[in-house]
Amino acid sequence: MNNLLNSYFVKTHKLEISITIIAVVLFLIYFLGAPHVFTRFPIYRAFMQSMPFFGIIAISATFVVTLGEIDLSFPSIVGITSLIFGIIMTSTDGNFFIAFILATSLGMFAGLVNGLLVTKIGIPSIVATIGTLFFWRGLVNVISQGSGIAIVDVADGTWHHMIFVEKLFGKIPMQFIWFIVLTGLMQWVYRYHKFGNHIHFVGDNKASAQMMGINVDNVKIIAFVQLGFFSALAGIFTMYEMLYFWPTQGEGLMLTTLAAVFVGGTSVFGGRGTIFGTFIGVLIIGSLESGIVALGLSGFYVKFINGLMITVAVTVYALIQRRKS
Amino acid sequence: MAEELLKLQNIYKNFGNVKVLKDVNIKINKGEVVALIGDNGAGKSTLIKVITGVHSPNSGKVFFKEKEVQIKSVAQSRKMGIEAVYQERALCDQQELYRNIFAGREITNSIGFLDIKKQRKEAEKILRDYIGFTSKAITVDSQVMGLSGGEKQGVAFGRSLYFNSDLIVLDEPTMGLSIQETEKVLNFVKGLKNENKSAIFIDHNIIHVYGAADRFIILDRGEVVGEFNKEDISREELVQRMIQLHESGKIKVED
Ligand SMILES: Nc1ncnc2c1ncn2[C@@H]1O[C@H](COP(=O)(O)OP(=O)(O)O)[C@@H](O)[C@H]1O
Ligand SMILES: [Mg+2]
Repeated sequence: MNNLLNSYFVKTHKLEISITIIAVVLFLIYFLGAPHVFTRFPIYRAFMQSMPFFGIIAISATFVVTLGEIDLSFPSIVGITSLIFGIIMTSTDGNFFIAFILATSLGMFAGLVNGLLVTKIGIPSIVATIGTLFFWRGLVNVISQGSGIAIVDVADGTWHHMIFVEKLFGKIPMQFIWFIVLTGLMQWVYRYHKFGNHIHFVGDNKASAQMMGINVDNVKIIAFVQLGFFSALAGIFTMYEMLYFWPTQGEGLMLTTLAAVFVGGTSVFGGRGTIFGTFIGVLIIGSLESGIVALGLSGFYVKFINGLMITVAVTVYALIQRRKS
Repeated sequence: MAEELLKLQNIYKNFGNVKVLKDVNIKINKGEVVALIGDNGAGKSTLIKVITGVHSPNSGKVFFKEKEVQIKSVAQSRKMGIEAVYQERALCDQQELYRNIFAGREITNSIGFLDIKKQRKEAEKILRDYIGFTSKAITVDSQVMGLSGGEKQGVAFGRSLYFNSDLIVLDEPTMGLSIQETEKVLNFVKGLKNENKSAIFIDHNIIHVYGAADRFIILDRGEVVGEFNKEDISREELVQRMIQLHESGKIKVED
């Protein structure tokens, strides 16, 4: 036992192991507390259906948080890019390529604006992205005049609808497959690509990173740009699932997404994080609402237990970190 | 006639309203160790950061191997053949040693994915051959966080040696080191000449500087106020000059 605890893998993966244990315990509670729900498939299908929408953004936001930065504007980037996607889909009679390219380009542009405000103007990211949060949502309201857009006619039954959100073998929602694939890919980039490496160094110590020849500003800008891209992508997934755009789209994402990143063990101080942890964080945060209701507690407990999870998790990580240094 | 490696001409550098470097002119020849001395805040670190591409000067010209260059980034300066050991060590605490050694110039495949195996192998070599780490507790996978000051310095040193360079810049490399560690650093600086490498060596301790350098450049509040070849000045005289400067703010050069 002692040997196991001291092994190299355990030592270097304390965060991942802690978060996995937390998730296993939580699902055990669900399982024992509501076996009639959790021994059947539909609840898992519901999870697989809903988690990817914020999960994709949480994975991407892990890069920004590892930099020691934050982006609060992504809910509005989801809003504006979904709106553009809806407008172009309906006005081009369902030209997926144009809609996809323009929506994701706009997402990247919004990310670029955040990145430039933070690096070139020097506004702290928490302030800059509160500004753009309001800006993009405001623009959504101005353009949409408060009304929604139905894309049923141009999207339902198409091949793109199929590859985005239909069920594989009639069971597994495609968005979940995409979510897993993207998570794997992003994990690879985070740990083993030059860009991921630079993210860690800049988040750890900006001045040192610069002296080591890393272009600090560029790394930050690219991080915000990729988050803009994935916010747009998450918006497009949501559009296909709902076949409808509504002007508040994305607004509910802020807390669940950031909670998943922090519960997952990525440090707010920068320089350290885990994509795997964020993935487990998504499973935890994304299952709480249904789990709590299935356990027979009223929906009023959801926020309370959400808050408890976040607080307990970040406390555990802080303690692990303190023992280390 | 000595071959010129680096020349700075009329370099000015301001941080906001603060004029940190004022009309600095210096020259470094091939195979020469030049000591840069001066009080805290004189601008020594800023000057070397202009050379290594961390800061760009507000005005002035830089020549490397007799060609005018604009050093726009650390990456560029490294490519030209300039390596540095900074006063701040320039390491990231929470990252592994093998990642620190290759940060900013990772060994990657064509699409930018790291060759972790190769990086670890090369880092292993650096720890063993260049630094001489014998402690089993330190491996290429260790985080910088757990290292002592001397060990951190060792890593910064090993890194600068591993990558082939013509000019090594050492900013207060003996700061916080034990006597043995300091001895090692000084021997290393002296050894550079045998490889026809040049060095800029910054140290507070005149005794260290005098033993290791061929030439001394004295910087005071952003200006070069004196320059001496080792043949022309004894250690005692050099110390005397520095005390003078400290007291009067001026150096008397009688010739
Ligand atoms: N990045 C910076 N921003 C603003 N001022 C700086 C910066 N770096 C150095 N300085 C200032 O420039 C002056 C010279 O500093 P430095 O070059 O570190 O001196 P030295 O290395 O000789 O002790 C000091 O007054 C210092 O406060
Ligand atoms: Mg200094």
